Amino acid sequence: MPVPASEQRPDPDALLARVQSEQLRANRGRLKIFLGASAGVGKSYAMLEAARREAAAGVDIVVGYVELHGRRETEALLEGLEILARQSFEHRGVNLTEFDLDAALGRRPQVLLVDELAHSNHVGARHPQRWMDIEELLDAGIDVYTTVNIQHLESLNDVVAQITGVRVRETVPDHVFDSADEVELVDLPPDDLLERLREGKVYVPERARQASEGFFRKGNLIALRQLALRATADRVDAAMREYRDAHAIRKNWPSGERLLVCIGPDALSTRLVRTARRIASALHAQWFAVYVETPALTRLPQAARDRVLRSLKLADRLGAETANLGGESVAAELLAFAAQRNVGRIIVGKPLRNRWYDRLRSSLVDQVIRESGAIDVYVITAEGDDSSPQSPRRVPRSSRWPAYIKGIAVILFTTLACLALRHQLQPTNLVMLYLLGTVLVAMRFGRGPSTVAAVLSVGLFDFLFVPPYLSFAVSDTEYVITFGGMLATAFIISSLMARGRRQTTVARHRERRASELYSISRELSRARDLTELAAILRQHVLVAFDGEATVLFPDADGRIQDPESFCDRGLSTRNQVRYPVPGNDLGIAQWSYDHRQPAGMTTDTLASADAIFLPLNAPPRCISVLGLRPRERRQLDIPEQMQLLDAMVNQTALAMERVQLAESAHTAGLQAESERLRNVLLSAISHDFRTPLASIIGAASTLRDSAPGRLGTAQQEGLLDLLLGEARRMNRLIGNLLELTRLNSGNFSLKRAWLPPEEIIGAVLTRLRGALADRKLAVDVARDLPLVPCDEVMIEQVLTNLIENAIRHTPTTTPIDIRARAEAGSLVVSVRDHGPGLAANEETRVFEKFHRARVEGAQGGFGLGLTICKAIIEAHGGTITAQNATDGGAEFRFSLPLSVPEMRAA
Amino acid sequence: MNKARAHLLLIEDDPQIQRFLATALDAQGHQLSIAGSGNEGLRLAALNQPDVMIVDLGLPDISGLEVIRRAREWYRRPILVLSARDRESDKVAALDLGADDYLTKPFSIGELLARLRVALRHRAEQDNGDSTSRIENGTLLIDIAARRVSRDGVDIHLTPTEYDLLTTLARHRGKVMTHRQLLREVWGAAHVESPQYLRIYMRTLRQKIEADPAQPQVLLTEIGVGYRFADSSDD
Repeated sequence: MPVPASEQRPDPDALLARVQSEQLRANRGRLKIFLGASAGVGKSYAMLEAARREAAAGVDIVVGYVELHGRRETEALLEGLEILARQSFEHRGVNLTEFDLDAALGRRPQVLLVDELAHSNHVGARHPQRWMDIEELLDAGIDVYTTVNIQHLESLNDVVAQITGVRVRETVPDHVFDSADEVELVDLPPDDLLERLREGKVYVPERARQASEGFFRKGNLIALRQLALRATADRVDAAMREYRDAHAIRKNWPSGERLLVCIGPDALSTRLVRTARRIASALHAQWFAVYVETPALTRLPQAARDRVLRSLKLADRLGAETANLGGESVAAELLAFAAQRNVGRIIVGKPLRNRWYDRLRSSLVDQVIRESGAIDVYVITAEGDDSSPQSPRRVPRSSRWPAYIKGIAVILFTTLACLALRHQLQPTNLVMLYLLGTVLVAMRFGRGPSTVAAVLSVGLFDFLFVPPYLSFAVSDTEYVITFGGMLATAFIISSLMARGRRQTTVARHRERRASELYSISRELSRARDLTELAAILRQHVLVAFDGEATVLFPDADGRIQDPESFCDRGLSTRNQVRYPVPGNDLGIAQWSYDHRQPAGMTTDTLASADAIFLPLNAPPRCISVLGLRPRERRQLDIPEQMQLLDAMVNQTALAMERVQLAESAHTAGLQAESERLRNVLLSAISHDFRTPLASIIGAASTLRDSAPGRLGTAQQEGLLDLLLGEARRMNRLIGNLLELTRLNSGNFSLKRAWLPPEEIIGAVLTRLRGALADRKLAVDVARDLPLVPCDEVMIEQVLTNLIENAIRHTPTTTPIDIRARAEAGSLVVSVRDHGPGLAANEETRVFEKFHRARVEGAQGGFGLGLTICKAIIEAHGGTITAQNATDGGAEFRFSLPLSVPEMRAA
Repeated sequence: MNKARAHLLLIEDDPQIQRFLATALDAQGHQLSIAGSGNEGLRLAALNQPDVMIVDLGLPDISGLEVIRRAREWYRRPILVLSARDRESDKVAALDLGADDYLTKPFSIGELLARLRVALRHRAEQDNGDSTSRIENGTLLIDIAARRVSRDGVDIHLTPTEYDLLTTLARHRGKVMTHRQLLREVWGAAHVESPQYLRIYMRTLRQKIEADPAQPQVLLTEIGVGYRFADSSDD
């Protein structure tokens, strides 16, 4: 099919991914690996030479760690280069020196030299492997030069072992090698190498000399050289492909290939995993490693189960997606998973088994091949040196004597019942009773006891109830069929029962994990702040894991804070036991926070710790860190449990991110609101202050500048009244503004006292006597009102504002009514005028800041008076409302509670 | 109204207020000395023995409260206080230190003159050792010699505490009295921290002698400060 022209362009998603990975790379340091086929080819020498060239070019280059092995020509190259001091420590009485990661991070050179990528660090170092140190250096933006021999590459480990007969223990994951920015092959023909070896120029430890003699055979060296050349060529090939992708010189479409490898409890699995990884990388395929746990496999000894976990972990490290499936048939589960994930190829191992067994029961390989349909199946053969696969059947089971004894007791009891009923029942029905007993045993105690019970039942039935009695001899041969049937039925039933029980257990575990996840997500969605979320996470982690857990938050500077606790089984806050977080645990938590990666137990970083720390990431940030100290390390090795933990942590991180976003949105909203208020305030001040000032200046200058006698007495008095009135208006404006500022500052406190309501009303009326002179006042205050607990100064302010409001907004001769009543535990005071009333929809808006009853009205003034009233009344726990009275005019009512919890009537 | 010429001392740092008061008080025929700081004010007071001191609470060197405390060690005549609006606690403190009355800025000259008149009358009464035996306000009559209170000619029955409270206020008529001052004079020094007694007695007293307690004519409340017996000669 011809490719449409438009699709010749690079795929936008792929482009985006490339841009992102390039950005990531831009911040990350560059890794250059000097690759050799074996020791002695001159990697360190080549590296130092390169370093000298860079240093001569003015690059800030530092030697972090170089293994000299006493070679003088190499040592000479170190001259003039800056060398980082090594960290020294004591291990079992021997002084050792080691690369100092923290010193390197502190020094931050442009380029750092660290020899021996595959080196294993000493116990207690931050990372168990040097390549992890180097990852951290790269993350910190430092370029690294390092060296490695081809035999240390993880996926080549088996191949190298096959060639040389020596298994290399220190390995480097392939992704480290693959992600290197540059690989320089340091090549030396085998003959030259052997020559150097003879001259003693190759360092070989004294005690390994014997073993190494076999290693440095010409055949081995040729093979290793070939491997090294091929690995380099593959990289070049990959680089070429990347280039073609980037420039859309692509003719072949990406395979989208998916590969699945099935892991078993045998030692073959690790080999399977490595092979799968090689095939996967050759195909550029995504790959899965799957373990299917059948009921039979659940009975494996711990060692075999641990081997499975190790294989899964290895696969995970090599880049596979791992899964632990549960089911009755390995083949069926495997194929179902393959179909679901659209897998094209399956890799299975072909274990060496007894031939007769294979014929009797079709092997897994046969089943998979038979049912695989379109899927390709690769069968990998076990090698001789892989330890023979252990059939779960041969595994000695843990002693379960009580179950057997109980099973036998059930059958003995059945026998007693049969003895009692033997005259009423036919022997065939007694058989039914025995069958019932056997089924009961199978249900309660499992397969073993039920087998014993079945055999015992047949024996006892024959002995006691089949003539001749009290003998195992059988007079009627028909009974042989009865025995056969009885035995077979008992076996089948008990086996079915046992299987059912096991499936139920597996299902229950799954069910529990699912419901755990469901309940945590439900609770998280309800929580509204970080502490609440942290408590929920802690609680659920402790339900799933036995141990102690804590959630640590950073302070403003990003330093993780000690919450003073690792909380024990804190299902409720009451029975928490608090443990201090040890200082170095805090350090691990800090590392985890800074690097947004898990750290501590079972991780790659500081694995010797007794707790694991998982960051709660909300990219690009980390919000907090979960610390978990399990009572047993094994809990963290179970993939499902870790997946559950990861899922919980991820869900909580999402919830925390949501809460933080909501908070910042709220803050932003508040800021916008206060910004708006400031603007309104500024324009209000400029308008409302200038208006009275204009009148004052105008009136005063008229009085000042008029020639004597030009103004009549009445005119003069008019101007003077105007002056006074406007000045008072400004005074009121400033007073309101100050009052509102004080109320809004939030640090005012009510000075409550028990006051007679009429006293406040009287005081306000006295004060406003002048302004109210022309008004007809109707004051209706009930006699014997209870004392009201309030801040007298503030309530006076409210009443003054309300009455002044009424005066200002109504014609000068209309009356004003003031009423006070006690109603349902409150004092209700109302101020009612007989003016035009409030405009529609103004009932609530009048209390808003800077709202004006009539736009630009001559009465002007900030709409602050009522806002102040509302703030004061609400601070007292009361309410204030505005409405139009039925027969005209506006009515403002406020209520004050007659009792407050903290005040008792005197 | 008799216009007694008095010698007044104004302690106030704001030149505009100095100018406005100098003009207004001179027009009223009073003689005015002006001090721009607390210490200068105290010096002038000691030197001139003014009839009334007018003290602003916000002064550049020492606070107005400090001026009052020091002056009261030897100065027995009236002191008027000028204060900003929202400082009720300062007003009460000034009154408790011995100031006679206060004015809240901004104030009109009318208010100042009224307060001055009350202060000068009290001063005259003090000087004459004259204790009035009959106090009248509108239709209310208090006959101290006969221990009788009547309104519109009808006797009003008061308990001894109510009577003491009323006469204490009446003797200082026109002048604000703080809660503490009233409590000390009527109930004794042990009760100065129990203002609720005062409020309850004031309430019953008002109900007995005021026509409408919500619109009092005689017993006025100074919110946040205390009470004042209205001075009928003021209106």
